[in-house]
Amino acid sequence: MRITCPLCGDRDIREFSYRGAATDMDRPTADAGAEAWDDFVHNRENPAGPTRDLWYHEGGCSAWLVVDRNTISHEITATTLASKIKGAAK
Amino acid sequence: MRIAGKGLFERTDPLNFTFDGQNYIGYKGDTLASALLANDVRLLARSFKYHRPRGILSAGSEEPNALVTIGRSAAQTPNIRATQQEIYGGLAARSQNCWPSLTNDFMGVNDLLSPFLSAGFYYKTFMWPRAFWEKLYEPVIRRAAGLGELSGQHNADRYDKAFAFCDLLVIGAGPAGLMSALTGARAGAQVIVADENSGFGGRLLAENEDIAGKPGHQWAAEVTAELAAMPNVRLMRRTTVTGAYDQGTFGALERVSLHHESMGDAPLESFWRIVAKRTILATGALERPVAFRNNDRPGIMTAGAVRAYLNHWGVAPGHEVSIFCNNDDAHRTARDLAKAGIKIAALIDTRPDAKVSGDFPVLTGGEVINTKGRLGLREISVRYQGGERTIPTDCLAISGGWNPSLHLTCHMNGRPVWNDKIAAFVPVPDMVPGLDVAGAALGVFSTKGALKSGFYRTKLALESLGMNAPSIPTPKADDADYVLSPFWAVPGKGRAWLDFQNDVTVKDIKLAARENFKSVEHMKRYTTQGMAPDQGKNSNIGALAVLADATGRTIPETGTTTYRPPYTPVSIAALGAGAQGKGFAPERFTTSHTASVERGAPMIEAGLWYRPSYFPRVGESTWRQSCDREVNMVRNAVGVCDVSTLGKIDIQGQEAAEFLDFVYTNMFSTLKIGRVRYGLMLREDGHVMDDGTTARLGQNHFVMTTTTAAAGPVMKHLEFVHQCLRPDLDVQMISVTEQWAQFAIAGPKAREVLNLVLDSEIDNENFPFMACGQTDIAGVIGRLFRISFSGEHAYEIAVPARYGDSLYRLLVMQAETLGGGAYGMEALNVLRIEKGFITHAEIDGRVTADDIGMGRMISLKKDCVGKTMSERPGLSGDQREQLIGLRPVGAIKQISAGAHLFDAGAEAVRQNNQGYVTSVGFSPTFDCFLGLGFLKNGRERWGEQVRLVDHLRGIDAVCEVSDPVIFDPEGGRVRG
Repeated sequence: MRITCPLCGDRDIREFSYRGAATDMDRPTADAGAEAWDDFVHNRENPAGPTRDLWYHEGGCSAWLVVDRNTISHEITATTLASKIKGAAK
Repeated sequence: MRIAGKGLFERTDPLNFTFDGQNYIGYKGDTLASALLANDVRLLARSFKYHRPRGILSAGSEEPNALVTIGRSAAQTPNIRATQQEIYGGLAARSQNCWPSLTNDFMGVNDLLSPFLSAGFYYKTFMWPRAFWEKLYEPVIRRAAGLGELSGQHNADRYDKAFAFCDLLVIGAGPAGLMSALTGARAGAQVIVADENSGFGGRLLAENEDIAGKPGHQWAAEVTAELAAMPNVRLMRRTTVTGAYDQGTFGALERVSLHHESMGDAPLESFWRIVAKRTILATGALERPVAFRNNDRPGIMTAGAVRAYLNHWGVAPGHEVSIFCNNDDAHRTARDLAKAGIKIAALIDTRPDAKVSGDFPVLTGGEVINTKGRLGLREISVRYQGGERTIPTDCLAISGGWNPSLHLTCHMNGRPVWNDKIAAFVPVPDMVPGLDVAGAALGVFSTKGALKSGFYRTKLALESLGMNAPSIPTPKADDADYVLSPFWAVPGKGRAWLDFQNDVTVKDIKLAARENFKSVEHMKRYTTQGMAPDQGKNSNIGALAVLADATGRTIPETGTTTYRPPYTPVSIAALGAGAQGKGFAPERFTTSHTASVERGAPMIEAGLWYRPSYFPRVGESTWRQSCDREVNMVRNAVGVCDVSTLGKIDIQGQEAAEFLDFVYTNMFSTLKIGRVRYGLMLREDGHVMDDGTTARLGQNHFVMTTTTAAAGPVMKHLEFVHQCLRPDLDVQMISVTEQWAQFAIAGPKAREVLNLVLDSEIDNENFPFMACGQTDIAGVIGRLFRISFSGEHAYEIAVPARYGDSLYRLLVMQAETLGGGAYGMEALNVLRIEKGFITHAEIDGRVTADDIGMGRMISLKKDCVGKTMSERPGLSGDQREQLIGLRPVGAIKQISAGAHLFDAGAEAVRQNNQGYVTSVGFSPTFDCFLGLGFLKNGRERWGEQVRLVDHLRGIDAVCEVSDPVIFDPEGGRVRG
């Protein structure tokens, strides 16, 4: 299987490591409260269908990527630099 | 026997081979199966469960019976299908699963016990008495199970892995596959053609048919030659595509040199990963046997295989051949054999209205009801038109029809669909994205149909890639209809075999249905039908038909199990090519490795790194002696140790300081240039991730260190924080662990050693404790850090890695002149235990900053990763296990890491657990063992005595709890 790194192009999936859901980027503020923090650190959706993951191009350019993926068909529909998404939100 | 004038290859090179110690002659081009049949050898094996005598059933990879062990010098490979093993001079094959011999196998007694050994017997028998199961039944059954054996020797053969990419992958090089490949190749696509056989042509090599007015095999040879000459085509022979995976990825096993005695450096097998934009599955079809009483004797073969042996290999598998079938296709076997002068004993067709022409006895509306000839078929019994008769015959060619080989279409959990017209399952489109099916694999059984299908499906595939298919008219070829009448099992008494490999009979399927295992999934697991190495290739449909009948359903209603990779077995050695022995993991060596080995240091693994354990000197015979001496040496003189393996991360940028404030618990923006600070890093859940030191070399330039094992994870974490949480910060980072060789120089004489080698002298004023900066040595740029992991006056000096070996030798030499020398990991560990310095033995992922006594290192002035969650109730307080030091004070002087702690006098059980020991070392400084560990409310219990118990090693000692910093708690020595 291959992932298209926006910087490096199509690379073997073994160059990447998987972290988890892209919600890891939505860090609450320090005073957001216990529930928000518990949710952020411990709870995840487990969809049968489209999901957004965080992958790290560990064996390549070290870019963190947000990957749009389908957990049923394994199809990857988009890969975006995480820093671009985060930067855009600001 | 060999038939002169028949066969597709010249029999000019006779080759000697042996089977069970007996010598035979074969020819280059023979498989072991064809060569043995040429020598009239029919008995090759004993079945798995009942040890029934078995022979060759087929001519291909679906062979269920003829599994042999091939010896190659000292090695041996079990479970090789004789139908796939090409012979070479000196090949030594032997039968399996029999003792003392193939003809006289004592385990054949199992066949007599068959009423007790039917499907699921182990759920019903061998249960009483209970103790006998573990002691007697299971060991005996285990020893009786299995087929071939491994030699038990280390596998020294070479295997390889390879990768390929293409526009079009064609799986199978029969008529459909060759047309597909031709279409793709002429269109200019990058084409890979893979076939599991040694030659291309598929069934064209087995049949007497013409294509475009010439023999089919000749047409195949010409197309192959055209493909071989094209630069955009890769032909892969002896290559089985074993599985379909995501994104057009396929696994394939290439048998590179199994057909040679030895090929020097060439691998035995290569496992390929092939990535294809489009794929055509042209794998043809497999013939299905018919179930009847004693249908498993040596000499009973599929009809298509019988004529393959005649037409391809020039071998008649018998002298008086009979045929039993339900379809017109099998009649070709009788015609071909008769034409070659072989006697046809009878052709029995189940259909009363079957039309057969030929000068041999034909019995329509007939069924074979029994066979005789335990070690080799000699007679069959037939029931037809109300009567019964016996027919002498030494080879029975059977055919129940053909099953499209659609396995790969189901590898992504797809299921095929039943087609009544051909009474077989056919593929459902698009079950594997990018893969289409052509020819017999699609259920198109005529040769002309296969040629047309191969072209058409490829045309569609090419068009989807934006390429134009060339025009290739379908050559003239056989276009007869496929005519059959479904027939699965002859009714009657006795055992009729379905799964030859797991010895599953029609009775077993009916038993499963009676016991309510009615789902096909349950029937499979209860009877083990379809679970053997042939994965049901010879039995799935038959078993399904019997189950359908037994449960009053149609075949489509009963459904089917799915198929999973691999299509045929793959050796683990091929999958793991390159990963045996040292190939399993990279070895990382420091620049002082050679010098350490020269000094006799045993090297130990620290992750992938190799580090010296200790440096034995003359007169020292145990590691303890060397370790004790090295500890004293560092505390009293000076020691040199390679610390290059610790992670080093270079962090630069206008907001590098702010970045560090966010990842560390304590402040780093306040760190002065030229100073080093110890830092603690948390995970977002508030637990300690790693600790290290970070040096400020400039306003916007920092160098962070991590522990050896955490170098990668911390780097990943920092990149995550930067890119995913704080991309607003102007900061860049890069790992420089391997770029700088770094050595610790520790002990009262450390400064003296340095001043012998540095270009500029240092003193306590210009280089105080926790200072850092550029410091040159013999003109080489170096970095010096005054930090200590030993608790002594110590430094770490770093130079570009290419100078590492040279600097290390220089430092050690200088240290030795002052009464010091090199020290290794054992001494390093004792020194830091004496000082209460932690490693990942203590910060094991479950401890908080407060647990290790560093709660106050979490700055109140700023947010940092992990801060909020670290403040959760329950992560601090007197119920937590807190870091403490331990020293044995009773009669038992030995303590161990992994031991648990209990109140003095309490029972050493789980409910009384007060904590545990993480690190232990013998301290020559205190002349006793010292330990670090965690104890409930430990900080309030210094001076208390606790019970230390290690149940695994049988240690029960009384210890005194103390400050973890046992040696020099004021820290005066580092500041000197």
